[in-house]
Amino acid sequence: MPAAESEISLPPPPTSATAPPRLSHLRLLEAESIHILREVASEFERPVMLYSIGKDSSVMLRLAQKAFYPGPIPFPLLHVDTGFKFAEMLTFRDAMARSAGAELLVWRNEGAIAAGTNPIVLDTKRCCGLLKTQALLDALRHYNFDAAFGGARRDEEKSRAKERIYSFRDSAGQWDPKNQRPELWNLYNARIHPGESIRVFPLSNWTEMDVWQYIHEEKIPVVDLYFAKERLMYVRGDALLPIEQAFVARPGEQPQLVKSRLRSLGCSPCTGAIRSDADTIPAIIAELLSFRSSERANRTIDHDQEGSMEIKKREGYF
Amino acid sequence: MAALTTPSFSIDEFLQQEREKDLLRFSTAGSVDDGKSTLIGRLLYDTQSVYEDQVRSIQGKGTTAPGQIDFALLTDGLRAEREQGITIDVAYRYFSTARRKFIIADTPGHEQYTRNMVTGASTADAAVVLIDASKGVLLQSRRHAYIASLLRVRHVLVAVNKMDLIGYDQAAFRAIERDFSLLLEQIAADTGSPVESIFVPVSALAGDNIVHRSKAMLWYSGPSLLELLEALPSSLDTRAEPFRFPVQRVLRPDHSFRGFAGQIASGTVRPGDRVTVLPSGRSAEVSRIVTYDGDLAEAYAPLSVTLVLNRELDISRGDLIVLADAPATVAKSVKAALVWMDRRPLELHRRYLLKHTSQTAPAFLSSIEHRTNIGTFSHEPAETLEMNGIGVVTLNLLRPIALDLYGENRGTGAFILIDAETNSTAAAGMITTASSYETEGSHIHAGAWGPVTAGERAARWGHRGGVLELSGPTELIDAIERSLFAAGAISNRIEADDDAFLLHPSLLEIVTEMQIQSGLLALVVHENDSGTLMARAEDRQLTLDANDPLKAVSAVHQLLHSTGILIFFEKADL
Ligand SMILES: Nc1nc2c(ncn2[C@@H]2O[C@H](COP(=O)(O)OP(=O)(O)O)[C@@H](O)[C@H]2O)c(=O)[nH]1
Repeated sequence: MPAAESEISLPPPPTSATAPPRLSHLRLLEAESIHILREVASEFERPVMLYSIGKDSSVMLRLAQKAFYPGPIPFPLLHVDTGFKFAEMLTFRDAMARSAGAELLVWRNEGAIAAGTNPIVLDTKRCCGLLKTQALLDALRHYNFDAAFGGARRDEEKSRAKERIYSFRDSAGQWDPKNQRPELWNLYNARIHPGESIRVFPLSNWTEMDVWQYIHEEKIPVVDLYFAKERLMYVRGDALLPIEQAFVARPGEQPQLVKSRLRSLGCSPCTGAIRSDADTIPAIIAELLSFRSSERANRTIDHDQEGSMEIKKREGYF
Repeated sequence: MAALTTPSFSIDEFLQQEREKDLLRFSTAGSVDDGKSTLIGRLLYDTQSVYEDQVRSIQGKGTTAPGQIDFALLTDGLRAEREQGITIDVAYRYFSTARRKFIIADTPGHEQYTRNMVTGASTADAAVVLIDASKGVLLQSRRHAYIASLLRVRHVLVAVNKMDLIGYDQAAFRAIERDFSLLLEQIAADTGSPVESIFVPVSALAGDNIVHRSKAMLWYSGPSLLELLEALPSSLDTRAEPFRFPVQRVLRPDHSFRGFAGQIASGTVRPGDRVTVLPSGRSAEVSRIVTYDGDLAEAYAPLSVTLVLNRELDISRGDLIVLADAPATVAKSVKAALVWMDRRPLELHRRYLLKHTSQTAPAFLSSIEHRTNIGTFSHEPAETLEMNGIGVVTLNLLRPIALDLYGENRGTGAFILIDAETNSTAAAGMITTASSYETEGSHIHAGAWGPVTAGERAARWGHRGGVLELSGPTELIDAIERSLFAAGAISNRIEADDDAFLLHPSLLEIVTEMQIQSGLLALVVHENDSGTLMARAEDRQLTLDANDPLKAVSAVHQLLHSTGILIFFEKADL
């Protein structure tokens, strides 16, 4: 009940001498994520973990190792390869799956790749639709997976803020934001009809900062592209465009050596680099603190259209 | 973002400070236009938790005066909502200060309000209730306070907003404080759960007392809303409470290791502790607490760990491990407060599944004690609960589960109900009364002196009366009968080719009908040596390959489920 006047005084801050050790926010997030991983592995027939090679996937993979230790991870990893991933990413992917002792499945929309699908000929949205969304849906159907873990976080983008931890998809793999189940306490409703599936986001409550701090504390390996190095880049206004497949230089454009790194890993034609000197994880964290723009700002894909993430999700994307 | 890197900034100090940060979850709610979105936007903006590109993208938009940022837009979400200009669901926001990381469950004050507020409050340590100072206490604020109390959210911060609109008037603030405190007392009397409340006069738009203390209200000498949020004790700390460990999964990678994986719901455990496994009641000693990062000398809530016991006990998912000297209640019948979440209203004797900790069990609602009117807090008789309705019901379970009252333990006292047919999450439940299964003996349906009803039988046996016709090889029929027996079904096998029935065909019909009437599962079997099995229940018929007995048994169970004869549903039961 309220104090008589407004003589509300703050409780004294806990001092380390009197207070029992508190669990840090990272330990709390870790415990929550492990709980989710175990629930899904126990309640679904055929779960799979989407492994996208990025920092979030690396954290998710480590959490899976922790959840089932000393046993193996009881589901396979699935990578949807668009054919436009940086070469370093693929090497890293194979090494990570091996060291985690997990089965790795790779799925490519070979038809679309053979037909020369790329974001320059098509627009980004249609390219993503074929190489990512369609490929993902095909893979899930092919293997008959009924639950798929993804590394998405709610802090990434506005439409993700309302995403459930168990995100319900109809038999076409589509997301209806109006038809999601309420999630209470840590009690997840895992019941689905044949053909339906769920996407599960064990990192829902993590922020970009949490992910990097965890990688630092746990010494989790991440792809070298995250660290600043002299790299050959095309410089277009503010944008740094890495040289990889399918890059079309404009007349007169010459690549330059720029000390740079990637902030998030996507397909090479659609992922810009940033100028940076951050070549260690603490340096990346320090850089993050000084950032004035959000993580996805350098992913061209989200700029196609207002609310484009939401549209992709409705169509079956993560 | 937060704390710009200044020359004196040291990343090592920063990382050290981050290591000590804990986590507080709070929910927010108010009526439409109380200023909730503005308040959250303000919290995020003033704690430098939004990026410049996000601020840029909303500049010059919105409803505020030119030059003023409409903070509400920072928390705007889905396209459908943008079009309608409203928020319709729970959205989660993240920010952190030097002391704490915060998770906000932002719940709207309209459409499906109760359902969303309950969802947000279920994981919250604190609730921020908004009141528009220019309008006074509206229904929505009462509702939120009631829900916070019902869900046992320990701390309620009442933000009396738009103080700028009433000239920062102290008397008006005090009047709201008085009225709302009275209301909170009434609520506590109804829910049995007192709320600790603190009132703060704020202006979300102008930023008064949100992050920084206001210069416009010198009559208020208390802390700002954010200072309060930073100082509240986190209710996650349940280390001193009885140890509760719901088993999520049995880990047995090889013959030398058998561990029980789960997340500690409350309390503390150490190797050497004597524990009891419920509902079986068998005891053992904890020999190791295993994690990927090494064995622990002590583990407490809410850590996720793996326990190894000193002797082999039959333990499976859904069992509850407790300290031997602090047992939980094992019950088959409970009273619980329900908040109805589904568009389809509650129906007594409809098939629901109760998900409680890590187990799912068939449940039957045998009666509705009352419905609570949130406007008046009065209890009304009710036949059903509709979406957003709150009431108290009696639930019967097919088999006993280990639990605590919600008032004593959020983790082992909460459950959800799932509609067994549509799979939607039908209700949120909080156990208010439970008596021990052993001592209640045959009084499960105490009060009813009439004949035992079909519903009561179904509630106990897990199936209603029905006929399963089988024709195929004897061994396979034996296996099916046995599997049903193992699942707890009360069945009776009738050999249809018996002379008596061949002589008097109508006798078979009579016998079968009598069994159905008594709620039994009648197995009418024709044994033969064919390579296929024919199974029929009601109007559905299957022809199965008799050489794949596992598949055939499981298909027959499915058949019984799909006709609604068999009610228990779990994988484990197959
Ligand atoms: N004068 C004044 N207006 C406010 C204040 N907080 C919010 N508003 C305005 O009230 C209206 C509703 O605010 P909004 O945050 O969208 O309300 P919500 O529906 O509760 O999320 C908007 O026009 C806000 O600018 C305040 O403290 N003072």
